[in-house]
Amino acid sequence: MPLSTIFLVFSRLSMMGFGGVMPFAYRALVEQHKWLTAEEFAKYLATCQMLPGPTICNVALMVGSRYAGTSGALAALAGMIAGPFMVVIALGMVYQRFGELEMFRHAIRGMAAVAAGLILATAVKMAKSMFAKADWRANRARLQVALLALAFIGLGLLQWQLALVFCVLAPLGTAATYLVGEEK
Amino acid sequence: MNEQSPVMELSLHIALMSLMAVGGGVVLLGPQVGHYVVEGKQWLNNEQFSAAYAIAQAAPGPNLLFVSLVGWLIAGWMGAIFTTLAVLVPSTLLTLAAIRLQARHAGGRLTQALGDAFAPISIGFLAATAWLFTRISNVGWHADALTVLAALVLLRTKINPVLLIAAGAVAGALGLI
Repeated sequence: MPLSTIFLVFSRLSMMGFGGVMPFAYRALVEQHKWLTAEEFAKYLATCQMLPGPTICNVALMVGSRYAGTSGALAALAGMIAGPFMVVIALGMVYQRFGELEMFRHAIRGMAAVAAGLILATAVKMAKSMFAKADWRANRARLQVALLALAFIGLGLLQWQLALVFCVLAPLGTAATYLVGEEK
Repeated sequence: MNEQSPVMELSLHIALMSLMAVGGGVVLLGPQVGHYVVEGKQWLNNEQFSAAYAIAQAAPGPNLLFVSLVGWLIAGWMGAIFTTLAVLVPSTLLTLAAIRLQARHAGGRLTQALGDAFAPISIGFLAATAWLFTRISNVGWHADALTVLAALVLLRTKINPVLLIAAGAVAGALGLI
């Protein structure tokens, strides 16, 4: 695949990605271009959360690498960053000038509230597609529900450090799914 | 750039922290960078840092770009460019190395188990991030209702989410939030 295609696809999805690129990456990569299936997307996301650094940029590196090697990975990352970088700095300039205005601050608040809704909707969509074909009598599906719930409770409700929740759940969860896999 | 310049100090600090930011970066890096530049070094005041974070959340692109904006507010273009590279370079090198490693070990039962375990954990983290977002930026039940409404609209329709963000900005500017 040409590097320019990769660069442009990631530029486009990133520039549309108000309040977080994840929902837009899902739409572009899974629904529009079909570069990944929904399940592959969830797995890429999961693998990338294992790695340090910005998850969505790691996803870009992996997708780019899959279709055009290391230069594809860098093209995807450059596409992801270049445009939004300029937009964010431009907004920073606007903020320095108008940051005191009440209306400006209220508008930012409204945008942030919707942005949280977008993340929530993406989580629901991914959960739906992951469990679409689940066999509820099998231990694998029950185990996955438990892992999902524990991840949400640890990070969201108890507000423990992400690294802590991750270091507990990831090895235990992997060991459990490894053992459950043996039952097949 | 002389040795007193905050750019190098800030960039090195961010590069180190970015390696600890396992699991999404944004959630973990936000409070840490804030603590460092506001309380530690007093390069920015609290309101400037919060605004930088909010603007980057609302702007297109990866949320990590709030780091670029913090860099820009502290030291202009040099600050923006070096802090951005500081976030990206270490994790990019690690990810490229991981891709090589994975290609060799793909398809095994352990890889399958890793995928089966990590997918639901990451969905749980994503839901938790949405929750934390509402705790950080939503100021009342109006905002919470808008968050839920936006999620429902997105799940039920094929509307472009950019339009929803714009609607949120209008609702906020009109003082409804």
